[in-house]
Amino acid sequence: MAAEIAGTDLVRAAALLGAGIAMGLGAIGPGVGEGFAAGKACEAIGKNPKEAGLLTRTMLVGQAVSESTGIYSLVVALLLIFVV
Amino acid sequence: MEYPDTTWVQAAAYLGAAFSVGFGAIGAALGEGYAAGIAAQSIGKNPGESGNILKNMLIGQAVAESAGIFALVVSMLLAFVVPAEAPLISAYCYLGAGLAMGLGAIGSGMGSGFPAAEACRGIADNPPTSGMLTTNMLIGSAICQTPSIFGMVVAFMLMFIDFGQQPLWPGWAAMLGAGCAVGFGAIGSGVGSGIPAGTSTAGIARQPAAVGSIRTNMLIGSAVSQTPSIFGMVVAFMLIFLDWSHVPAWPTWAGLLGAGLSTGLAAIGPGIGNGFTAGEAAAGIARVPDSSGPVTTTMLIAQGVAQSTVIYGFLVSLIMIFMPPTEYDASMTAWATLLSAGLCMGFGGIGPGIGEGMAGAYAVRRIARDMEVNVLITRVMLVGQAVSESTGIYSLIVSLLLLFVV
Repeated sequence: MAAEIAGTDLVRAAALLGAGIAMGLGAIGPGVGEGFAAGKACEAIGKNPKEAGLLTRTMLVGQAVSESTGIYSLVVALLLIFVV
Repeated sequence: MEYPDTTWVQAAAYLGAAFSVGFGAIGAALGEGYAAGIAAQSIGKNPGESGNILKNMLIGQAVAESAGIFALVVSMLLAFVVPAEAPLISAYCYLGAGLAMGLGAIGSGMGSGFPAAEACRGIADNPPTSGMLTTNMLIGSAICQTPSIFGMVVAFMLMFIDFGQQPLWPGWAAMLGAGCAVGFGAIGSGVGSGIPAGTSTAGIARQPAAVGSIRTNMLIGSAVSQTPSIFGMVVAFMLIFLDWSHVPAWPTWAGLLGAGLSTGLAAIGPGIGNGFTAGEAAAGIARVPDSSGPVTTTMLIAQGVAQSTVIYGFLVSLIMIFMPPTEYDASMTAWATLLSAGLCMGFGGIGPGIGEGMAGAYAVRRIARDMEVNVLITRVMLVGQAVSESTGIYSLIVSLLLLFVV
């Protein structure tokens, strides 16, 4: 891949710092978004308890999609720690 | 640049003074401005009560101001009173003191504006309750000021205790880390305690007969919202008072700074989130006073779950404080790992804390109206909160990987 990189120690340190920042900042969005989804689902179930199953399923599907960027952050963090 | 130590110490004192008043001015001004706006709106709605509303606004703003006054006092002390003839580590103590007080005042100032605003609104809507509203505003705002007092306590310790026997390396990172831990940690709790103070005041205006159960719920909810800032203060005390002379200077400094950031940043989310939940609980009880049992139960469950990410942050901080590196290692990887672990868990605690708090808020709001389905709602809330927790757990895993595997 790349030719001889001087200061490999610095590069590795930057990668490790980046891993922490990536996962740390990346956890903010999904946490807030999925919490909002859970809250609205609770509200909807309170208004319509008979549909609890459908509403819970919808909430979980929606939360799973919202999780995706959190997974990207985790993957990048692990790549930065173990692969590069 | 070769300057004597006193030059650096004096320079740091002035910078610390700037941080203290600069950050500290933000929160109080925001909170007071919000209170003023709602007061004007309330007077527009009910001009006959303008005298009462204005008086209430000024009292409420005075409480919100107190965080700003603490910040000003610390700033003046740093600029004019603290000695420059002090060991070099004092430079970092003064910087840390500025951060501790400045950051610590942001949340409390903002939070105290909310009950002041709601009291003004309530006086316009229901003038006979104005005495009760002012009382509740004062009680709620006082709780809201607690995190800024934590910041002030740590700031005073950093300014006036002689830390000469702490080694400069890694002691400097401990002092800065302590400022970050208590400073950042106070932001969430300050804002979070203001929300139930506000909604409970609004609720009392709407339902004066239920003032007992509303206020009880507010006190419980606010007290739980204070917990993250207490974690921050505990980490600050540990960093300041433990003896660092027996650990290698490098890379432990990164671990100490990281320990401060880990708990400090992670406390922001649960502080705010718990505030959302407590706020809606108080509002729900105001709407339906008979629901106080199930509402309080679910509120406490939701707040307990939302608390988890600050506990992960505290765990990572404890690991970095009590299991420091045993050998001197000047490589860049060594310190980057430690600092990265702190940042990862610190930032990672914010989102799930806020999100789980929001889930709890909507849940208790609904339970107040539909008490019969409270078990079902609580169950779905827990499932939803568990999914929201996932990214917080990823952050914890990455932090632990950085600490133990790399």
